[in-house]
Order: sequence, then C-alpha cells, then structure tokens
Amino acid sequence: MSILVGRDTRLLVQGMGKHGTFHAIGCRDYGTTVVGGTKPGKGGTTLEGFPLFDSVSEAVDKTGANCSVIFVPPGGAADAIMEAADAGIAVIVCITEGIPTLDMVKVWAFLKDRKSRLIGPNCPGIISPGEKCKVGILPGHIHMGGPVGVVSRSGTLTYEAVHQLTALGIGQSSCIGIGGDPIIGTNHTDSLKLFNEDPATEAIVMIGEIGGSAEEDAAEYVKEHVKKPVVGFIAGQTAPPGRRMGHAGAIIAGGKGTAAEKMKAMEAAGIRVVTSPANIGTVMAEALKKN
Amino acid sequence: MKIHEYQGKAVLAQYGVPVPKGKVAYTVDEAAEVAKGLGFPVVVKAQIHAGGRGKGGGVKLAKSLDECKGIAKSILGMTLKTHQTGPEGRVVKRLLIEEGMDLSGAREMYLAVLVDRATSLPVVMASAQGGMEIEEVAAKDPSAILKEHVDLAVGFQPYQARQLAFGLGLSGALAAQAVPFMTSLFEAFEGVDASLVEINPLLVTKAGELIALDAKVTLDDSALFRHPALVELRDVEEEEPLEVEASKFDLNYIKLDGGNVGCMVNGAGLAMATMDIIKLSGGSPANFLDVGGGANADQIKNAFRILLADTDVKAVLINIFGGILRCDILAEGVIAAVRDLGVKVPVVVRMKGNNEEPGKRMLKESGLSFDTADGMGEAANQVVQAAGGAR
Repeated sequence: MSILVGRDTRLLVQGMGKHGTFHAIGCRDYGTTVVGGTKPGKGGTTLEGFPLFDSVSEAVDKTGANCSVIFVPPGGAADAIMEAADAGIAVIVCITEGIPTLDMVKVWAFLKDRKSRLIGPNCPGIISPGEKCKVGILPGHIHMGGPVGVVSRSGTLTYEAVHQLTALGIGQSSCIGIGGDPIIGTNHTDSLKLFNEDPATEAIVMIGEIGGSAEEDAAEYVKEHVKKPVVGFIAGQTAPPGRRMGHAGAIIAGGKGTAAEKMKAMEAAGIRVVTSPANIGTVMAEALKKN
Repeated sequence: MKIHEYQGKAVLAQYGVPVPKGKVAYTVDEAAEVAKGLGFPVVVKAQIHAGGRGKGGGVKLAKSLDECKGIAKSILGMTLKTHQTGPEGRVVKRLLIEEGMDLSGAREMYLAVLVDRATSLPVVMASAQGGMEIEEVAAKDPSAILKEHVDLAVGFQPYQARQLAFGLGLSGALAAQAVPFMTSLFEAFEGVDASLVEINPLLVTKAGELIALDAKVTLDDSALFRHPALVELRDVEEEEPLEVEASKFDLNYIKLDGGNVGCMVNGAGLAMATMDIIKLSGGSPANFLDVGGGANADQIKNAFRILLADTDVKAVLINIFGGILRCDILAEGVIAAVRDLGVKVPVVVRMKGNNEEPGKRMLKESGLSFDTADGMGEAANQVVQAAGGAR
C-alpha cells in the first residue's frame, strides 16, 4: 500500500517540452503507467512513444488518466492546474517553480469546490517505491519499498533522508515532496493524515523548514491523532530573519516561523526531533525497533 | 523585490491612494529645487530599503530652504543604522523631499495588505496603533489587529472597508473616505502583484483626511515577468554585491555575518540543513548557496568565484545530492574551477547519488587535494577542522 499514487495510477504529463519529456521517460522507466502528454496543437501525434493530446479533458476521455504531472512554465502553470482539475484529474502534481503567489491564490479558490488534490507547486513530486510508481522528478534508484512514509517541503533534503533510510535497509511506503512555496495544495497535516490512515505505513519522517506555521499545525495533528512514530527535522536553524532562503516560503517574517518554535511544537507533540540532518535515518531505525 | 518609499508611493498614487506631495532627490541642489516647489515646511527622508529610518536620524523636518539644504547635506552619504540594516548600516544615496503634514491632533494608524499563508487568501490588516512595529502590536495585543480576508473572484468589498474603518474607531466622513482609500490600496496590491503593501503610519489628520504618510511596497519576484516597468525600480545598490553577482548566474546566494565556512549545495532545503550541521559541528557557515537542481560546470565555477570573494571564508564544503544532477559532471566542474581559479582554501566534497563512484574517482585522480566525506556529519566535521576548528 501507499498514498495517492501506486499501481492504479495512470499518469498524464502536462507540458511535453524538453524538461517534461525527459521526466516522462524517467517516470515510465521507473515503472509508472504513463498514458501520454498534453501539448496544445500537437494532439494526435506522438513523442518518444507517448501519445499527445490537445487538452487534458481529451486525454482523460481517451486514456482514463487519473493523475497528472505539470512541467508548464510559471506563466501558464496555474492555468494548467485548473485545466487538470476541471477535467477531473484526481491527483495533480505541479513541479513548476516560480508561480506568482496571486495566481496560486486563485488556484486555491478554484480547487476548493473540486475533488482534485494538488501536490506542490515547486516540488519534486511523489513516489511509491513498493508499487513502482513515481510521479515527478525524484531519483527513483535511491528508494526502496517498505514501511516509512516521508513528507518534506524540500527536494534534495528529502533525497538525503531517503538515502539514509535505504542505506539502513529501511524502505518507504511513499515519499511526498509538498513544495517550498507559501501556498501549496497538500500540506504537512494533509500528508500526515494520509500516512496515518495508510495501513502499510508504520512510521513517518516529517521534514519541515523555516517560514509559516504549517509544521506547528502538523504537530498539533500528530498530538491528537497519530500513534505511529514520527521523526522530524526542521531546516534553517541557522537562517537569519527576514531573508528568503531559496524557497519562496522559507522566510522568518516578523519573528515568526523560526526553526526553534517549530521544533518546540513538534517535541511537545511527541515527535522525535533531530537537530542534525545526518541523524534522520538512525533515529528512525531506533524508533522502528522500539515499536 | 523591495522598492524605495518614493517608488512605492508613486505606485500607490497611480491607483488613487492619497500620498503626500513629494519627489526624489539625489543631490542637495535637487533637494532644494523640490522643496522650493513644495513650499515649507518639508520633510527630508532618507531612502534606503530598511525600516526604522526615523529613529536612526534619517527623517527630518525642514522649515526653511537653508535648513533643508543643511539636512539634505547631512543625510546624503551618511551611513544610516537601523534595527533592519544590521550593524554595518546602509549609505544613503537618495532622498524623498515631501510636503510637511500638519501632525497636531492627527492620529496614526496601520494598514497593510499581504497574503495570509494560513488561509491562502489575501488579507487586509488594520490597527489603530500606527507608527509602531506591527510585530510588537501582534505580540502584546493580537486583538488590536483587525483582519478582512479577500476573495479574489470578487475583490475587496466596501463593507469590508467599513468594517475595518469602524473597528479603527473612524466614523462619519472619515469612515466613508476609508472605503475608496482601502479599495485603492487593495487594487494596487493586486495590480502590481505585491507580496506586501504596508502603510505605517496611515495619517488621520485633524482636518479629516486619510493619507499614506509612509509606504512600504514589496513585489512578488515570481510575478515580475508580467511587470517589466516595475523591474526598472530595482536598486541593486541596496543589495549585497555578491548576491547581485550570484543572481546573474541563477545562483541563490545569501551572505551570513561572521561565518568562515563557505558552502555550496544543490537545493534550498539541503542548503539550509548544511548550514545547520556546520553550526552543530562547532563551525560557522559563511553563506547560503543553492546552485539549483541542474547546476552545470559554468555555474559551479561562478559559485566558487563568489564564495571565495568573501575573504572570511577559510574552507569550503560542497554538499551535493545527485538526484537528476550527475556527480561526475559536478566533479568535472569542481576540478575545473579549482584549477582555473587557483583555489587555495581547503575544499571538502561530499557527494551522493547519481554516478557517485565515477565522480569520486575523478576527484581522486585530479591530483588536486580534495578532502572527501561520505556522510553529512563527517563532511561538516572535516570542513570545520579545515577552517581552523570550532569557534
């Protein structure tokens, strides 16, 4: 078992440019069922063996796509998300970085009354290694199937954590990168809830970073509902206030959103918080033993 | 992107927000010219991208032409230190010369528009306690901050403005004026894709007028592609020169005060975590540097150049997780950069992932003296030792 993507995933790639095509191949090579791509004006042709469609709704009609991954450039990405939601795609993963915040405000409102779930934007995607399904740009080869769910705002830091787990022989049920923007579709709490309800997930790694209060909210959820062991890390313990640390959302503003506050809230919720990112794997190994 | 107060006020005025009359001046003579046109008194305001200018001595009232010239002369070129500039301060190169407002019997309030991350909605915030840092108000008395969330499908509504106005204790004609004032402010926020528009203080004059006495406008970097005219407002002199240089090569670099370990990492989260682990190992990170997901040899070289331009850097840690990026390509870039730039400080390389083994082999066979490490903890310990040990 896994969350959100797995054996039944039928993936459509939105934005079959150079980048999108490269990763469409990467997903297919990993084992994901990629049913095609959209490239307005190129419908009816194929690219690298992928059938192309003019629109998402056409692709859904013809292929039964139930998941999409978006590589459309920032100016058109919000439009692509809304198109996917309108076509009834259940899980929409947006990789695009640099979407204007007010565009995302509109997307958020648009999705509110629809059934689609958005992951990202500005994220590496999601992978369920045990079911050979990857949706996004994550490096498949570092993953292995197993009992640990991983949720993180970052890309390479997630890979680091996964690498540590795999090196210790600890596999993953699913790993989800939720993205580093201030407005994202699926947050830490949503992901924890999914992992908590997934019978195949026995423990959870939660990686946060400075900015906002999503980690505090997630800690509150863990305190109330999660019995599975959770190992947590917050990046940016040494970040100066008022500076945007690469991710649009990673900023300590008005003294709020510091790593110290987040770590305190997580510890109070019973999360095993590591101060060193090098210890995520070993602390998870201990947690699993005790369990 | 931050812009100056005078630029922010010009943007707001375009949308109909009342601001005092005024103009930018780069020299004492220009300041005098502007002041003569406005009539006295005028306010001379230092233009830097930081708050707290008044307390730092960067805002002064001039009642005559001579006084205006004297003040302009003393402020232009001064190093202004405020709680937001850091101890090194910021050199003042521009002034805003503005008509002096009658402050007797006036009230100062606070008004801002930003995106509330918790709700993913824009929010208009108001407080009757203007002139104070809003963070202080929030800490002391959160109920003193009024909020109206905005549905972008319909925009900011007049009833919301009235709700805020009455909440601020405005009544009659003032409450009526608050509606166009706040509506214009919101339209400006949305129109220019701002991430923050802040009026502090919002002046309520004795004569019964609302006016934006100060204005802070920050633009959403991600939306600048659709506002080419606003890109022109960037003042690179207000930014750290190395950060400006880095941005030319799509590198995300932030200099940290007092550090001696340079770091080069791919990905923002891992870059922050690398800074953290250097600190945990007893060292002090000199910078944040994210080379991005697909760094090429040219970027690696420029990253090195920028890192080493900071003379405080005594050792460098390269921490790369090759997801998409291949470690052998990285190694090639690192070797070329160290050779071409004649890098003298110790370099610790930790790379994982894609083509890790060939990458490591290339470093070893290069004949250059790299230290390599397997884990992040080990790498951090090595680089801290190389930089002269724990401090």
